[in-house]
Amino acid sequence: MNAHTHSSLESDIKNHLNVQRWRHDFPILQTRLYGKTLVYLDNAATTQKPYTVMEAENHYYRYDNANVHRGIHTLSQRATEAFEYARVALQHLINAQYAHEIIFVRGTTEAINLVAQSYGRSRFKAGDEIIVSGMEHHSNIVPWQMLCKQVGAILRVIPVDDAGELDRNTYDALLCQRTKLVAITHVSNTLGTINPVKRMIDAAHAHHIPVLLDGAQAIAHLPVDVQDLDCDFYAFSGHKLYGPTGIGVLYGKSALLDDMPPYQGGGDMISSVSFEATTYNKLPYKFEAGTPNIAGVVGVGAAANYLNSIGFDAIVGHEQALLRYATELISEIPGLRIIGNASNKTGILSFVLQGLHPHDIGTFLDRQGIAVRTGHHCTMPLMERFGVPATVRASFALYNTISEVDKLAEAIYQVKEVFK
Amino acid sequence: MNDLRELYQDLIFDHYRQPRNYGPLEHANRKAEGYNPLCGDKISLAMIVKDGVISDIRFEGVGCAISTASASLMTESLKGKDEGEALNMLKDFQALVTGVAVPDAMGKLTVLAGVQAFPQRVKCATLAWHTMQAALKNTTEPVSTE
Repeated sequence: MNAHTHSSLESDIKNHLNVQRWRHDFPILQTRLYGKTLVYLDNAATTQKPYTVMEAENHYYRYDNANVHRGIHTLSQRATEAFEYARVALQHLINAQYAHEIIFVRGTTEAINLVAQSYGRSRFKAGDEIIVSGMEHHSNIVPWQMLCKQVGAILRVIPVDDAGELDRNTYDALLCQRTKLVAITHVSNTLGTINPVKRMIDAAHAHHIPVLLDGAQAIAHLPVDVQDLDCDFYAFSGHKLYGPTGIGVLYGKSALLDDMPPYQGGGDMISSVSFEATTYNKLPYKFEAGTPNIAGVVGVGAAANYLNSIGFDAIVGHEQALLRYATELISEIPGLRIIGNASNKTGILSFVLQGLHPHDIGTFLDRQGIAVRTGHHCTMPLMERFGVPATVRASFALYNTISEVDKLAEAIYQVKEVFK
Repeated sequence: MNDLRELYQDLIFDHYRQPRNYGPLEHANRKAEGYNPLCGDKISLAMIVKDGVISDIRFEGVGCAISTASASLMTESLKGKDEGEALNMLKDFQALVTGVAVPDAMGKLTVLAGVQAFPQRVKCATLAWHTMQAALKNTTEPVSTE
């Protein structure tokens, strides 16, 4: 055995032990369905939750529950501390400069709507342009279309090439004086493409155009450093990073957020109210009207700490190994076409099978205990681009294994046999 | 696996691979489009209704095995029926695939009874039927399952 194979074997074993340890953190992975152990490959839709997240929420309700930023009593103080501690955990996760740049919202969708309605609506005029890409999730299309209708702005779209990458030349050509914002996804939820966002941000900034990144699919699978990227806004959801549903984050540069009008009015977002005039609270509270999802914030803080404790070197290494293995194995299946072959991808595999509808495949896989997503993945323009009504999508997380990929491939061969 | 076999019976495969009454229909006087945005299934349905009777019916579109076979079987069973009978069959069919009842005299359509074990697939099975109802009303707006 030479040195190379020896060290590769060692790292395989270490990797295997890591994954087995991580799997123990997620009790739902023990679920049996139709006599089989659950194979959960729908992580791009939502990830499963580790004990530490569930326990954090439970602990909060059991011992600390009170409203935040209000009461003088002890529980209120504890709840506020837990809440603000989570904000710092999220700040560290994306390396934001200040904790007050972390705005808690319901999810990526609300974060993007906030920017459209607060930043966009107060600044954009008729004829202004907003650039999105052809691989956006509907939640990074529709808020901009609504804004365009309100102010008379125009949506420009960066085309997607056959491999599932953005057309760089068209993007550069689209950037102009009329462009007021670039809103693109960091990672495609359908194709897995990791867009060259740093370069794209640099290009936009050369024209003094701010950039919003939809980070929903990136946040749990790549190290994100908003200062290094120099993005102006970054939006993501808690439930896709092993945290609870109904909680998400809008990161914005302090100076931009400071200049923006509030998104919603109510309690917690004000400094003083009279019937004549209201003074808004400072960041981040200006954008957090009403009693927030405190347990959700505590939970997503625990999820951020969980990710940090594992570290992205291990996560990326494992998920890239899964992607490589799965791509090779699945590509060998006759009649199977992978949609999305970008050179830089996260662990997302979309495919179609000749003569077989994704829905029938999904139902068959479900009865094998395998959870995948079938459909258009809220990216109907992208489906149109690739000329398919829907795809099957398998998406990996840190707890998925090589043996689960084997089960997926085996089940695809079986479904082909059944439908022969 | 038994409920899978129940769902995907040979007759379903047969109608999926070789859908009957598939293609455009000339001189149609009743038309509608059906769409299931969740799975991307699309169906165009065209009928010739003379003196209240469906004398011809054809469909086109893309869909899964369940929605295609259901559309194909529907066209076979509706030919020669009057509008009232067609709408009653729609009700019976809905009851069948949701497991509410096992209506009598469903003929070949009973092959779709297996759908009741798969609530997520009821929309696939009923898309053609909802489209038929819209066509009888000559609805111009596409029917959506959502």
